[in-house]
Amino acid sequence: MVAGNETVAAPERLHGAAYTRPSRLRTLLIGNRFRTGLVRLIVIYAVLIFSAFLFLLPFYWMVNTALKPSNQVFTLPPTWIPKPVMWSNFLTAFTIQYETDPPVYIYARNTLIVTVNGVVSTIFSSALVAYAFARLEFPGKNVIFLGILSTLMIPFAVVMVPQFIIWGYLNWLDTLWPLMIPHWFGSAWNIFLLRQFFMTIPREYDEAAYLDGASRWHIFIRIILPLSKPALAAVAVFAFVFFWNDFLGPLIILSKPENFTLTLFLANFNVAYRGTPWHLYMAAALIIILPCLVLFFFSQNAFLKGITVTDLKG
Amino acid sequence: MTTTGLTPRSNIWQSRRFRDAIVAYAFILPWVIGFVLFVGGPIVASFVLSFFRWKMIAPPKFYGLTHYISMVTTDELFRISIWVTFKFVIISVPVSQVLALGLALLLNQRIRGLGFWRSAFYLPAVVSGVAGSVIWMWMYHVELGIVNNGLALLGLEGRNWLYDRELVLGSLIVKSLWNIGIPMVIYLAALQGMPQQLYEAADIDGSGEVSKFFAITLPMLSPAIFFNIVMGIIASVQTFAEPYVMTKGGPDNATLFLGLHLYNNAFHYLKMGYASAMAWIMFLLIFGLTVFQFGLAGRWVYYEGGAR
Repeated sequence: MVAGNETVAAPERLHGAAYTRPSRLRTLLIGNRFRTGLVRLIVIYAVLIFSAFLFLLPFYWMVNTALKPSNQVFTLPPTWIPKPVMWSNFLTAFTIQYETDPPVYIYARNTLIVTVNGVVSTIFSSALVAYAFARLEFPGKNVIFLGILSTLMIPFAVVMVPQFIIWGYLNWLDTLWPLMIPHWFGSAWNIFLLRQFFMTIPREYDEAAYLDGASRWHIFIRIILPLSKPALAAVAVFAFVFFWNDFLGPLIILSKPENFTLTLFLANFNVAYRGTPWHLYMAAALIIILPCLVLFFFSQNAFLKGITVTDLKG
Repeated sequence: MTTTGLTPRSNIWQSRRFRDAIVAYAFILPWVIGFVLFVGGPIVASFVLSFFRWKMIAPPKFYGLTHYISMVTTDELFRISIWVTFKFVIISVPVSQVLALGLALLLNQRIRGLGFWRSAFYLPAVVSGVAGSVIWMWMYHVELGIVNNGLALLGLEGRNWLYDRELVLGSLIVKSLWNIGIPMVIYLAALQGMPQQLYEAADIDGSGEVSKFFAITLPMLSPAIFFNIVMGIIASVQTFAEPYVMTKGGPDNATLFLGLHLYNNAFHYLKMGYASAMAWIMFLLIFGLTVFQFGLAGRWVYYEGGAR
């Protein structure tokens, strides 16, 4: 797969006299280990284009519908390019108010509160716990770490009912608190991810600071965290996408429309606006996914590094 | 920690190891508290609750194993939901892996515009849950959706993808294949980290592409495959937003996933005890499938550092 390594022995010598050098046409079409053949190239790009077409088709269909005037949504065959382009759909989708429902910016505000809290709390608490597992020695370390990892296997459904009951006793149902507080205690997946990253930071840095009399807390704040910006960015991006899209949590906790998040608004859109104005539905969906899409484009590297920072080899 | 220096025993207070341990416990304290309040405590509560009948209004009543027995004997919807979930997991997880690996192999060729292609395949992964479901409802719309209209362009007859009980689970599986960005990226990273000497050695031996794939690529990727399968199982057993938004479990309960049935029992009928019992069955399903994978892993997962 790597480009030319000229020191490799000539094929004639390796394969003996029976070997005949392939014709240039054959090399052009089929290729050899130094160049991709034309046939192969065509197949690769054909499959790539076809797959990308399939993966992007839903986005096209959403954007196309979101920009249509309402009368074109129900025409058959469908118009493949909206004409005229109705930018006002976005405004309409977010300003129509159904009966006593609150305006949509209320949902956006709620989602933003939950998401910002989620990102900050997840980063801070997970980094704290991860640091202990990456750097400190203490009795029970391995058992506890295994315990943290095994909670990944616990479905949310198992803890959902008792948590719901707890929030009920505290009288916090139908508030945003239950969607904010539990995330200040570290999340298993992010603890694992950050621990893996912290372990790649050379120990000399914090040992030197330790000998200079710095406390563990100082080392964590002043040395480990600043050196871990890529991993923290990855956690932040993941957390943002997770909290922004979270559905089941808000669904069981929130009941009054003015407390809804955007995902609840979107899930109820169908019901709220009878006869489903699909152009507005798609406009709303597009706006709601936009922050995640934009975030992805601007932080691709953090995103992809975050996924792969965990060494799977063992 | 100041020096008190009273007796030799106080040395333990000054030893670095001891202080480190205390500091370490302080660092993991948030997780411990969170675990007790939001995970461990609820796990115990959920387990206990599963033996009680409790509809939130009257006090809980001990019910013994009745919930677990009625799952198999009277609640036909439970049996359906297990079967629906099982079918979904058994098809969706392996097909996702094959597809994700295929795309990763494709991206690992010497191609131009890697960033673009990778983004195209990854993008759906940031559009999870509700928004993705809403988009696919519109894709599958029987008259106005692009799927049926696209088929019409090819001269094929459209189907009622979400309202035909024979097709609907398949439609949800296809939708789930749209979200394979994360396993794909993990495969791609694993492929790019592959030691090239192995391939060079195989080239010198004159191995073909296919034998190189099965003799080198696949074994070297096996830890990543294993990881992705386990994560895929954990996520797909819990599938909820898609059936909730797209089908409400219908038609004719053909997409009544376990998560949905559980949600209905807990929050529509307020059968908290019964829902808890079901949650444990969900856990057992995840646990069983994962343990099964770990059992198989010894046979096919190859760890570079030696046997595990």
